[in-house]
Amino acid sequence: MHDLALQKPGLVGRMFRSLKLPLSDPFAVFGLAVYATFLLTAIFADAIAPYDPTEILYTPEYELASDLRPGEQGFILGTTSLGRDIFSQIVYGTRSALIIGITAAFMVALIGSVVGLVSGYFGGWVDAVLMRLADIAFGIPFLPFVIVLAAFLEPSIWNVVLAMALVLWRDTGRVIRSQVLTLRSRGYVDAARVCGSSDLKIILRHIAPNILPLSFLYGSIAIGWAILTEASISFLGFGDPQSISWGYMLQDAFASQALAKQAYYWFVPPGICIILVVSAGFFITRGYENLLFPKLGR
Amino acid sequence: MAGTRMRSAVTYSNEPLVSLRSAELHYRVGGALSALRGRSSVVKAVDGVSFDIHRGESVGLLGESGCGKSSIGRLLMKLEDATGGEIVFAGEPISGLRGAALKCYRAKAQLIFQNPFDAVNPRFTIRATLAEPLENAGIPAGEREARIIAALELVRLPQPAQFLDRYPHQLSGGQLQRVVMARALILQPDFVVADEPVSMLDVSVRAGVLNVFRDVRDRLGLTAIYISHDLALVRYVCERTIVMYLGRIMEDGPTEDIVHEPLHPYAKALVAAVPVPHPDQSHDPLPIGRGAPDPRNPPSGCVFRDRCPRAFDRCASEVPQLRQIGTRKVACHLF
Repeated sequence: MHDLALQKPGLVGRMFRSLKLPLSDPFAVFGLAVYATFLLTAIFADAIAPYDPTEILYTPEYELASDLRPGEQGFILGTTSLGRDIFSQIVYGTRSALIIGITAAFMVALIGSVVGLVSGYFGGWVDAVLMRLADIAFGIPFLPFVIVLAAFLEPSIWNVVLAMALVLWRDTGRVIRSQVLTLRSRGYVDAARVCGSSDLKIILRHIAPNILPLSFLYGSIAIGWAILTEASISFLGFGDPQSISWGYMLQDAFASQALAKQAYYWFVPPGICIILVVSAGFFITRGYENLLFPKLGR
Repeated sequence: MAGTRMRSAVTYSNEPLVSLRSAELHYRVGGALSALRGRSSVVKAVDGVSFDIHRGESVGLLGESGCGKSSIGRLLMKLEDATGGEIVFAGEPISGLRGAALKCYRAKAQLIFQNPFDAVNPRFTIRATLAEPLENAGIPAGEREARIIAALELVRLPQPAQFLDRYPHQLSGGQLQRVVMARALILQPDFVVADEPVSMLDVSVRAGVLNVFRDVRDRLGLTAIYISHDLALVRYVCERTIVMYLGRIMEDGPTEDIVHEPLHPYAKALVAAVPVPHPDQSHDPLPIGRGAPDPRNPPSGCVFRDRCPRAFDRCASEVPQLRQIGTRKVACHLF
């Protein structure tokens, strides 16, 4: 790639810079810090969690370690009715939450960006077909769609990712298309055509870098959406029983009547985690809003 | 039509390099729904324009804004496909060019843009901007630097090496327009369309850029179309002028003849509108009244008739065809 050799910073550096992480906004920095913390937790879950989250634990007296309060017998956040370590479940729940969130966000941002770029750049019947597909996607109620999908397929965390990829590209695609429409009419795009650049090259070099912050913005919204959706699905009992997630923990706590037992240590931590991750996503989004639409003047 | 064409005094090769044969560019206004209800209208940006340009010739396209002169530039660059007629470059219609043939055409025909601030990607350095056509033409990476420097020297950008790593916002309008010209010239094209290349520049730097354009054109023997609304600029750069109005050619002939003795009433009005730099000399612009009519609903017959001081019955019923009058062609029933 000769053209890359001409540019000073490397490809990774350029991509990182074109993401334009909103580091000047304190809310966005808080959001990024929350994400960083959860990301580290997810990566090093094996080292952080003291127990296997699905293992049924016993006290040294060989009694079932069920419904222990935080701190009792050395369990940081206590145990569930079936004698599982809540802290370990939280830690492993981070992993599945982030896997779902990031893959779903990646799919949404990727599909949305590609649809938006193709639709906006080529226009004509391609645009008409893709935008009518987006209309159809807008007509699908999201949560019922995920439930139906989960009913047809094996229960798995990937159902949520698949459903989001199938439905939620619509917003990203629309917004990016409109952005591409304005970029396409810029003189330098015509100039690139006149000097012989192919459509693919124009899209990749002249248009895509300008919409990257937008797709990252929609990606960060989608992370929160995916985690929230997975939690709802698991809470409704359509989740994957094999993998521990925060939604599964809430459902488990609900089914075991944790509220009646006043076992706040069981359902409050996963709830806080969900709130933290989702709101962190929105704080980052807010930072991007200031960057992308400086005229709002917030 | 080509057969009756009179050769001008300068000897050009017989085969025209560029020729438009009743080229049309019609835009449909309003969507599919209004078309069903019969409400859509058609804007004829370019409506049956024919002319030949010979190798080495420079032609000025003159007209007020919205007359279709820039659209002709876009048609010639294949940025827009003609909705009718034919555009022929070096004996070959450009409408069918695809793939490698199109790439080859892109190297031979180039456009100098009106607004230099919009014509270069703000994220690219000058080096990356100028490298793009070279990459597309398959020039090996090792030769590019030298070609870029040579092109910048050609457009008389002093000390070109210092500009290579700068970004467009660090350059002045005049410098940036030279970069835009360098990009157009870097592949040594045969044919260049300059779309009002100095209209966005300060008056103080216009002359410099215009002189560069003239010199480079003469040095490389370029065939050029210079699009402008300014008769004085066209006169400075081109020996032949085509006057356009609402997508049609009104008059086509040697610039000096048109300046000194315009035939078509619209050309007369254009010449009369040029400010006279002398306080005593009487300055009397022709009364052509109002602005141009709505392009979606142009007058019948001659499109200029509703503003023409000498319009008569026939102008409304019959579209005047371009006819040879002495050294030039005029589309008017008066001749």
